[in-house]
Amino acid sequence: MAIRWFLLLSLVTASAFVTATGLTDGLRGDVPLNQEPPAPTLLNQENLDIRRVRSFAMQPPTIPHKIDGYQLDINANRCMFCHARTRIEDSKAIPVSATHYMDRDGTIRGDLSPRRYFCTMCHVPQANLKPPVDNTYQDFDTLRKQDSDRAAPGNKSGSK
Amino acid sequence: MRKLLHRYWVVFNRPSIHLSLGFLTVGGFLAGIIFWGGFNTGLELTNTETFCVSCHEMRDNVFQELQTTIHFTNRSGVRATCPDCHVPHEWTHKIARKMQASKEVWGAIFGTINTPEKFESKRLELAQHEWARLKANDSLECRNCHDLQFMDFTRQSPRAANAHSTFLETGQRTCIDCHMGIAHRLPDMAASSP
Repeated sequence: MAIRWFLLLSLVTASAFVTATGLTDGLRGDVPLNQEPPAPTLLNQENLDIRRVRSFAMQPPTIPHKIDGYQLDINANRCMFCHARTRIEDSKAIPVSATHYMDRDGTIRGDLSPRRYFCTMCHVPQANLKPPVDNTYQDFDTLRKQDSDRAAPGNKSGSK
Repeated sequence: MRKLLHRYWVVFNRPSIHLSLGFLTVGGFLAGIIFWGGFNTGLELTNTETFCVSCHEMRDNVFQELQTTIHFTNRSGVRATCPDCHVPHEWTHKIARKMQASKEVWGAIFGTINTPEKFESKRLELAQHEWARLKANDSLECRNCHDLQFMDFTRQSPRAANAHSTFLETGQRTCIDCHMGIAHRLPDMAASSP
């Protein structure tokens, strides 16, 4: 019983502290931690079919089309209806890479490796929205260009 | 047997004695309206979503799945009900489908898919029936609403426009070939051969 009171008290104190200091979290927006923000409106996924540049060599490519209602479960993998090795002649889609048929021992299997089955664990559709937190990430090419520009300030074209 | 038939023919062929010609024609006409109208009303009654989901097999399985799809809820509020996709709209085919559906009454009485597990184990077979039906009639029930002639490819995504102009317009494929699982969950696709 005492523990319960203690927990309740600490919760009240904590929430009072949070409210008093106006502590917020960038991802949550301008809403104190002890309050529930209104749910953001759903966004239409980008459907341009134009492949985006990868920010780094090993980045899983983003999905340049809508995947609303695509079934991805034990029964069916809707992505593989087009992206499977055997389907690309008709679909003109990009086949999933050979690494996706490889299990953790490096053996190439006939079918998708189970650890690669759930496409959306790595590949995500895009939407036009403002990121809730700033991101200062720069890819390798940008850094290298900056470097060579510093070394030869007169050369604006950034020779290699 | 021949004698019996002959007796009926004599009765059928003889002019009536007590009933007037007017009574027989007008009465026959009215009875025709009542019977035919009644039949059609009954038929239409079984052609509603309310009737379909009055069976718990439909209500708990396929109807639940439909509700998450674009054919149930969408931005403009136009929706398809069960018979829109599963019963042909044209009379002859509708009657043929209705006679086939008598097997579903049998299934409902004897409980062939009365648990989620039984339904799941039959899902592939049931789906294959519908795929075969829609392939055979060139996706007629899709085309009752989605008419290729009025499809504006410029309003479609490049991917969709490409697929529709290469495969649908040339008649190489029909709607269901690509859009299987559009209104319900797919069965085990590894076991089926699409």
